[in-house]
Amino acid sequence: MTILRPIFYLALLALIIAAPFLAPDFKTQLATLWLFIILSMTWDMTGGQMGYNSLGNILFYGAGMYVAAVVGISIAYNVGEYTNAFGGGTYKFTTTEYFLGMGLGLVAAGLFCSAIAWIMGYLLFQFRGPYFAIGTLGAAIAAGELVSNWEWVGGGQGIALPVYPGDFDTGKFFFYYLFAGIGVILFIFLRWLYNTRFAAAINAIRDDEEKAEAMGLHTLRYKQVTWAISAFFVGIVGGISGYQLIHFEPLETAFQTINLGIFMVVCVLLGGKGTLWGPIIGAILFHVVKEVTWNYLLGWQWVALGALIVITVVYFQDGLMGWLARLKPEWFGERVITKPGPVAEPAE
Amino acid sequence: MKIIEVHDVSKSYGGVKANTDITIDVEKGGITGLIGPNGSGKTTLFNSIVGYHPIDKGSIKFEGNEISKMKVQDIARLGLLRTFQQTRIYGDMNCVENMLISLPHRKMTLREAFTTNTREDHERAEHLLDFVGLHEKRFLRSGSLSFGQQKLLEFAMALMNEPTVLLLDEPTAGINPTLINGLIDRLKRANSEFGITLFIIEHNMRVIMNMADRIYCLAHGELLAAGTPDQIQGDQRVVDAYLGEH
Ligand SMILES: Nc1ncnc2c1ncn2[C@@H]1O[C@H](COP(=O)(O)OP(=O)(O)OP(=O)(O)O)[C@@H](O)[C@H]1O
Ligand SMILES: [Mg+2]
Repeated sequence: MTILRPIFYLALLALIIAAPFLAPDFKTQLATLWLFIILSMTWDMTGGQMGYNSLGNILFYGAGMYVAAVVGISIAYNVGEYTNAFGGGTYKFTTTEYFLGMGLGLVAAGLFCSAIAWIMGYLLFQFRGPYFAIGTLGAAIAAGELVSNWEWVGGGQGIALPVYPGDFDTGKFFFYYLFAGIGVILFIFLRWLYNTRFAAAINAIRDDEEKAEAMGLHTLRYKQVTWAISAFFVGIVGGISGYQLIHFEPLETAFQTINLGIFMVVCVLLGGKGTLWGPIIGAILFHVVKEVTWNYLLGWQWVALGALIVITVVYFQDGLMGWLARLKPEWFGERVITKPGPVAEPAE
Repeated sequence: MKIIEVHDVSKSYGGVKANTDITIDVEKGGITGLIGPNGSGKTTLFNSIVGYHPIDKGSIKFEGNEISKMKVQDIARLGLLRTFQQTRIYGDMNCVENMLISLPHRKMTLREAFTTNTREDHERAEHLLDFVGLHEKRFLRSGSLSFGQQKLLEFAMALMNEPTVLLLDEPTAGINPTLINGLIDRLKRANSEFGITLFIIEHNMRVIMNMADRIYCLAHGELLAAGTPDQIQGDQRVVDAYLGEH
């Protein structure tokens, strides 16, 4: 078991690196798969590990997309003029400007989203259950409306970013590896995080927040930190998506509450909340089902997707991982030490 | 020295006067008892002390500082901890995990929270589980334990938190009578060895008379009597209050 683990991870890493060569026609789909995986893993940090089901994490995706774009443009041009001309033909970016702008943009996107998550958390974490969910959804919808009325960032038309300054196919490789890189970093980070005292504390908040308060945990601070970390990664991948898509709109692309905003929740439910692998497995499953239904069930894809959600919620509430945990509890560390002896005798 | 001073505290729920003008003190380093018939307002008083709800009137001091307007977590972080009458543990986690979560976060910086538990943390968790007699069950889902065992786990968790004062709401409820002597012994040791001041709500007279230095008796939300176990046992008002209720 202990020897198998490094081998498993090395093989997995090799597969991740080789994937765009093995399936060259699916590079963009594979990049999107990584996006789903990252959004699911970050959603699970609050939804699964901490018990706060956000329906508004898409806000960070959209905000990240805009911040990365605006910062990326601003290193070369005046943003207002650029968006007014809708990218236009006159606005050329050198290769350096493109990558420097994107790099700075992604960092800024991550930090900006962390900051808004911190502030939103301060306001919203006093609500629990459905109130928190609706509150976050409302915030995401409001953010989309706000941005779509803001002419400086292109209003309802959105923003057109420069295209990748290499050949088309290299660009696809580039975005695949960018998403995959963030995904791998996030996975390694969460694998470490979920073994810390901090993770135990947010699990405690999920299981009985009142008890956690009574034990003196810094519940609000821990909740804000968790959401801020989660939003940091969402903001970055939102930024990457913007550059990958080249053109994006506020409501349909950036703040797409009913598509991506809900998909990430469904992925986690499918795979199993509150586990490291559940969101990943769920995202893969969901992405495959979605691609297949979109291609073969023309017109019925939403029905099929809806049915999948209903089946998950009704029959597999704990997702695949939860189902496994019930089937094979010993894989998940449950055991009794059967040493004979009374339970509460004085230990004199 | 008085570590908790409750002065003239009242609390009502709508029309129900759960506590009326209660004045009591808890001595540092001792074991103080709180008794009274069902519904006499004992749990309400605990809730008032730990900041679970705002009080209508009066003052509550901990180590000389007013705490009656503070929030639950801030009070807990002063080292004033409580267990629940209804018992609250993290049912989906095993006993060791329950213990590790109970590490004193008030003594922890955010940076320290981002570390894994040390070998000493694990040893302390196991030691305290052994102390309450739950060592064999340590890797079992705590929700699957019996009510009495969950009480013991909650007690161990409280000890893990290294409180200065521990308020225990009926620690022996649901504990098998043959095991109660063992629990009394452990409570006394928590007090004498770990130096934790105890304030205990208890229905079992034998238990509380055996442990407490000083006992307060509530009836109908008012303070009926206060004194040493001997004084309380001989107090006709206390006897009447209990007989009248049952
Ligand atoms: N949250 C509440 N809302 C309304 N009334 C309450 C509430 N909590 C307690 N009460 C009432 O306040 C009074 C005192 O209740 P409390 O729980 O403090 O009694 P107690 O002494 O702890 O009783 P027991 O020994 O049964 O635990 C009771 O009449 C009870 O019905
Ligand atoms: Mg009570």
